[in-house]
Amino acid sequence: MLNTYDVIVVGAGHAGCEAAAAAANLGSNTLLITMNMNAIAQMSCNPAMGGVAKGQIVREIDALGGYSGIVSDESAIQFKMLNRSKGPAMWSTRTQNDRMLFSHIWRIKLEKTKNLDFWQDMVTELIIQKNKCLGVKTQMGIEFYSKSVILTNGTFLNGKIHIGEQNFNGGRMGDKHSSGITEQLCSYGLESGRMKTGTPPRVDGRTLDYSKMEVQNGDETPSKFSFSNTKPLAKQKCCYITYTNEDVHEILKTGFEQSPMYSGRIQGLGPRYCPSIEDKIVRFSQRDRHQLFIEPEGWDTVEIYVNGFSTSLPKDVQYNAMRLIPGFENAKMFRPGYAIEYDFFQPTQLNNTLETKAIENLYFAGQINGTTGYEEAAGQGLMAGINAHQKNNEKIPFILKRDQAYIGVLIDDLITKGTTEPYRMFTSRAEYRILLRQDNADIRLTPLSYNIGLANDDMIKKVEEKELSVEKIISAFENISLNPEEVNGYLEEQNSSQIKQKVKAATVVTRPNISIQEIYKRSKKISETIEMFSTEIMESAEILMKYEGYIVREKEVADKMQRLENIKIYDNLDYKKLSSLSAEAVEKLTKIKPTTIGQASRISGISASDISVLIIHMGR
Amino acid sequence: MEFKNHLTDTICAVATSPGTGAIAVIRISGEKAIEITNQLFFGKDLTKVNTHTVHFGTIRNNGRIVDEVLVTIFKHGKSYTGEDTVEISTHGSPYIQQQVINLLIENGVKLATPGEFTLRAFLNKKLDLSQAEAVADLISSKSESSHRLALQQMRGGYSNEIQSLRKELINFASLIELELDFSEEDVEFADRNQLKDLVVKLHKTLDNLISSFQLGNAIKTGVPVAIVGEPNVGKSTLLNALLNEERAIVSSIAGTTRDTIEDEFIIKGVNFRFIDTAGIRSTTDEIEIIGIQKSFEKISKATVVLLLVEATISENDFSSIVNQIEQKINTAHQKLIVVVNKVDKEDLNLIQSKFASFKEVIFISAKEKNNIDLLKTKLFECVQLGLVSENDVVVSNSRHFEALTKSNEALLKVLEGIDKGTTSDFLAMDIRQALFQLSLITGDISSDDILDNIFKNFCIGK
Repeated sequence: MLNTYDVIVVGAGHAGCEAAAAAANLGSNTLLITMNMNAIAQMSCNPAMGGVAKGQIVREIDALGGYSGIVSDESAIQFKMLNRSKGPAMWSTRTQNDRMLFSHIWRIKLEKTKNLDFWQDMVTELIIQKNKCLGVKTQMGIEFYSKSVILTNGTFLNGKIHIGEQNFNGGRMGDKHSSGITEQLCSYGLESGRMKTGTPPRVDGRTLDYSKMEVQNGDETPSKFSFSNTKPLAKQKCCYITYTNEDVHEILKTGFEQSPMYSGRIQGLGPRYCPSIEDKIVRFSQRDRHQLFIEPEGWDTVEIYVNGFSTSLPKDVQYNAMRLIPGFENAKMFRPGYAIEYDFFQPTQLNNTLETKAIENLYFAGQINGTTGYEEAAGQGLMAGINAHQKNNEKIPFILKRDQAYIGVLIDDLITKGTTEPYRMFTSRAEYRILLRQDNADIRLTPLSYNIGLANDDMIKKVEEKELSVEKIISAFENISLNPEEVNGYLEEQNSSQIKQKVKAATVVTRPNISIQEIYKRSKKISETIEMFSTEIMESAEILMKYEGYIVREKEVADKMQRLENIKIYDNLDYKKLSSLSAEAVEKLTKIKPTTIGQASRISGISASDISVLIIHMGR
Repeated sequence: MEFKNHLTDTICAVATSPGTGAIAVIRISGEKAIEITNQLFFGKDLTKVNTHTVHFGTIRNNGRIVDEVLVTIFKHGKSYTGEDTVEISTHGSPYIQQQVINLLIENGVKLATPGEFTLRAFLNKKLDLSQAEAVADLISSKSESSHRLALQQMRGGYSNEIQSLRKELINFASLIELELDFSEEDVEFADRNQLKDLVVKLHKTLDNLISSFQLGNAIKTGVPVAIVGEPNVGKSTLLNALLNEERAIVSSIAGTTRDTIEDEFIIKGVNFRFIDTAGIRSTTDEIEIIGIQKSFEKISKATVVLLLVEATISENDFSSIVNQIEQKINTAHQKLIVVVNKVDKEDLNLIQSKFASFKEVIFISAKEKNNIDLLKTKLFECVQLGLVSENDVVVSNSRHFEALTKSNEALLKVLEGIDKGTTSDFLAMDIRQALFQLSLITGDISSDDILDNIFKNFCIGK
């Protein structure tokens, strides 16, 4: 058995799978170690990918050559483009997925990936010498050696599951927890903390009365995540919406005394944007109902995910309360909701490559860094996989900037600010979100990935073709004028003022509610000049024309900031020797070790004068 | 953070030491230094002159002359900072300096942060590395003292007002972000009319703060006091008595003071800016008529008006001139004090009965310097008691003024956007700008502040 690799990835969740795929695809001999080969890329929580800001991350992963987008498309049971009524930067892709199919497709994708080996076992210890990570030891007593190790342990490190007054060790319901690694890492000076998250009960769909719920359908013309040639859904499954009521709340309240949250048995930090149902009742007592999304777990299974009903109350209380929800009168439970506590490491202990500062060649990705969400985990995994490969091959680090990708915002936020609750991406975290759209993820990122050898020839060719087509469209619209008789009927329909003389097509497209496809169809000259490109390409061109002013303005702001981003801070700078810095600045800069002036300026408590002092010491 | 917007902007600051000197130099550095100065300067076209040349002209605000100045032009990086630089030499009055700085800000120049000129000089390799440490020390000590100063300037209710403004702006931003990041949540989103009401309210608050800057500025640069009266009642003599030196041209020929002369005077730490004016009387002399018109203009700008009359004035003449002046002032913001001069030339009992009907009256002899201290005390009381109370919300810091103005401009764009039906992600761009500007006063406002506010007020989470 081979026991020496370039890269070892510990854990096969969303982060681990992307990390292993990226490293292997770049040419590293990679080993993926997981406790359970049958649970690769589990959707431990809701059976869905994407959403606002998260959907953009999946598009970015796809554009960079990761698999999450493709797997999501191929396992989707429902597709929605959220926020269609807002500007294009807000459009967000989201799918409901078949949980088992998702896991299966991921496994097949990985099995087909060159340079990638698997091993089912539990890693119990890292092999570390002189603050360098050299490999891992497993429960079976095997030692694997590698140039770098990527830890993606999810909720498994000292994982503890809580249901009411019961609690037991576990990494996920039905899976063992892992112990030993946290303690070992802490002995090397890393600091760990505790976080908590929760999940709702799963129920038997055959026992629900859907006639009492609202139907929620997917988009009529579904799009997809991947820029590759995955197929949009031909048929979709619907979800349902129902609500809790005061009777439900009264029953839930009877369990509060046994709740692990209120009794203090759970001390980990939970996410405020994903509260348990008991938390919602306590914190928003004026609300007499809360919305629940009833989501199927797959095409064929009858298992149902009760989104919005996350709870760690005793299972009888969960059950009794649930049966008072409209449509749940006869509901049977498959498994109760639970809360899980786990170890994480404050991500300010990482470099921007996700390598730990304390132990060389050791990388962290996913929930171990205090994040939550499949998409956030997958994005980090991909970046850790790439950077482990880059470093092993003495190539320059692959860093995405805040104006280039949500993944860049994510990692910069983590390593610069740390987090006090499970970190989830929101579009408001990105200062240049007008630039970080789902429609241009490929144009933003595929060329960067191609340069390091991850994105393949087909991907880059597609991007080049798209750019060329978009250019052709814009040029046609800018040069060709519309006649009043061609478009006035359409303009009137759209409540847009009619044109009195010939007007350039691009000018008309900048109006709200005016679609580029509709103009194309009506202008003989345009349809003679250019072909009708795919919806995606037409939309990209439309966005660039319609929102040009905003996009240009956002770019200018980003470019201005770039001047600070380009000033590098030398490694091992001793901030204590810079007497002009404030004491707070010395402490924070020493801890976080920013790599650029731009990053330093984002650390809370660093003042403008501290930055001036730094710039001077960098000698520009 | 404050720093982010700088380095590429054109910046300005008063380069000479603060206070009143014979002249003051205002330095402007950056790409647009010459272009923007040229917009305010009347004289040669500064964009076409050679480097290292000096030009005479005027700085004007909407055609009105602010001051006669000399302008020195430095081009092609041959300057202290290594950027295009303009140095404007104005007369020494802090009031004029402030006016010029305000004009520059209005035209897009930013106030320099402490040490920023030196920082730029360093970055443009105009200073060598051995000077780095000294410059760094300078910046950190200067910014500390300026910060302390700014804090001190947050008098009375100002700091509270700014804090509540910050809170309301964050609330507003939260409502916008809510419908972007949490569009799928079961929460009530604000409708456009609600949003509009909120912006209008914020806009009004900002407007009030911004307009209070004039008053705050008055406190900082001097409370304007106009001395008015008929020719030859001794206005210039009074001014000299107050200033204790011969500044205004004094002679016994009526109408000698034909232009307004300004000077400053500190009473118990409060800075007063005296405006001596040409006498007010009916005349046909054209030059004098202009002088009289100017006198009336000055009255409208003064916080305190000293009406100087001779003790020998007849009761009729007195009531007529009081009427005339009272028409020109607004008693809500301005205070009128009657000063009776030349009391040595009339019987004291007679005088006191003659002016008994008017309550704010002081009897002096400017020439003999009698009761001048009493007048000073009276002036000080005006400021202490009536015009500026401790609780008044007053913006007195130029940097704050600049930030509030910019914040307000961004809010106006939000309002425009709401009216046009712009989607909220684009409105958010301007809201961010408004928040950023306000954060220059209150300290960082991050996306976390907005998210915190959302999680606190809305039940988020499927």
